[in-house]
Amino acid sequence: MLQTNAPDRSTLVSLSAAGLYRKGRWLVRGVDFSISRGEIVTLIGPNGSGKSTTAKMAIGVTRPDEGQVNRIAGLKVGYVPQKLSIDWTMPLTVDRLMTLTAPLRGREIDAALEATGIRHLARAEVQHLSGGEFQRALLARAIARKPDLLVLDEPVQGVDFAGEIALYDLIKTIRNSTGCGILLISHDLHVVMAETDTVICLNGHVCCRGTPEAVSRSPEYQRLFGARAGQTLAIYNHHHDHTHLADGRVLHADGSVTDHCHPDDGHHHEDGLPVGRAGPMRIVHTHGPDCGCGADHSSPATTGGDNAAENRDA
Amino acid sequence: MLDDFFIRALLAGIGLALTTGPLGCFVIWRRMAYFGDTMAHSALLGVALSLLLHMNLTISVFAVAAVVSLALLLLQKRGTLSTDALLGILSHATLATGLVIVSFMTWVRIDLVGFLFGDILAVTEADISLVWGGGILVLLAMVYLWRPLIASTVNPELAAAEGLEPERARLAFMLLMAVVIAISMKIVGILLITSLLIIPAATARRFSASPEIMAVLASLLGAVAVAGGLFGSLKFDTPSGPSIVVAALAIFLASLLPLGRRDHGAIANAHS
Repeated sequence: MLQTNAPDRSTLVSLSAAGLYRKGRWLVRGVDFSISRGEIVTLIGPNGSGKSTTAKMAIGVTRPDEGQVNRIAGLKVGYVPQKLSIDWTMPLTVDRLMTLTAPLRGREIDAALEATGIRHLARAEVQHLSGGEFQRALLARAIARKPDLLVLDEPVQGVDFAGEIALYDLIKTIRNSTGCGILLISHDLHVVMAETDTVICLNGHVCCRGTPEAVSRSPEYQRLFGARAGQTLAIYNHHHDHTHLADGRVLHADGSVTDHCHPDDGHHHEDGLPVGRAGPMRIVHTHGPDCGCGADHSSPATTGGDNAAENRDA
Repeated sequence: MLDDFFIRALLAGIGLALTTGPLGCFVIWRRMAYFGDTMAHSALLGVALSLLLHMNLTISVFAVAAVVSLALLLLQKRGTLSTDALLGILSHATLATGLVIVSFMTWVRIDLVGFLFGDILAVTEADISLVWGGGILVLLAMVYLWRPLIASTVNPELAAAEGLEPERARLAFMLLMAVVIAISMKIVGILLITSLLIIPAATARRFSASPEIMAVLASLLGAVAVAGGLFGSLKFDTPSGPSIVVAALAIFLASLLPLGRRDHGAIANAHS
């Protein structure tokens, strides 16, 4: 767990114009991005926008039907799938889960369980874990094998708000200490790690991309959360200007229908900046007294800010 | 009272039970009980074809079972019918086709009951070497494929992402099933093979803390069921194949009793 002086920033995976076609329609198309060592790339997007599909193409679970996916030879992946249910008929303890895909030394298992805070559950059967504990166990399993690329598909599902921040912190720590690349699929549209290097928004194609810092520097964001909250959490939410119809065609905000959507087909606005309510894309801040996130917004220390994040930083 | 035929039956049955233990665990974990039944039923088509084409019985039963499982894989990929319905079609279609083919061969008289329920008391030394030879091969293959098999049972995509080739493991598993069905037909018969796969494994679940323990325990419990069933069959003059299954069932039922153990299982609580 040494941090090298000159971090290796070589590319691990790159996708170019990758697309996947299933049952008469393109699930995703024209996906371009790459992940390097030490980089955190976050995929966000609505349900069915192809986030998991894109991640599976990136790590070779599925082959793209068009375009290319290149991985470095011998890439070691640690994967936390979106859905994983273990049949109760299989006796499986957390300890045994750790060595599911490769043998590990005892202290590597202990270190991973310690890092995710579930060392006391090492001998528990996975079927008896709560949703949050199970997610931690899956994360521990993925990091224990010291992967080059960590792929986390909604890793904080079922985890409460404080636990969510702790897990995001852990993900950041893993990246900093091991220098692995991380492909993160966001639990929801609203919370994206500030440590993310690139946010890629999918909606059947790459809809827009950028750094979360650019978002958190916007005046509305600073007014609502203060400058410090942005160090842990960035709020990134916008509306899509088009909908994918059941037959695969695309309905645009101006009422026109096209067969496919492409970033340059004239229906999109790619600047990524707030352009007002009438605009096709805007950044909306939904975090505040009525956001339901569980944080105490009434505290006088912060005005509508996120105390959980503040306290953790302190 | 221990005659030669009884020792032979014991040897063959125990050899088979040791093999079906780990395989049966996967049948349970992967929810493939009905799949096992379908492959077993297809064995009768294998019997018919071996008589028709003058082929070796074991090889033709293995070939038909393997083809049926591959056909199922292909039909599943087309995705037009549920697996459940596909299995129902394949299972009874192969059984019925086998019976029809046999009925056309008026020059052949076969002991249908022997194939359906097995004839363990008639096993020869050649049968014993087949069971043990095939069984050891299956077990070695299982040991070699253990990690990919377990990982792809838990989640195929996870296994694929981390380089374990779940499709290869799945294909190998189906071929191993076909081998076991081919070698077990003479011992417990087409209709009872799945019980020797499932009942010992289901019994082992409650006493196991890991998949490995469950696999070994299933083998041992299966061997105990074979021995118990054969002794029972000798004592009460009952058919040997069904007696083995009844013995396995008795062990399963006994395992459900609380027996003063501190157990958090729902069944144990219901009894206490």
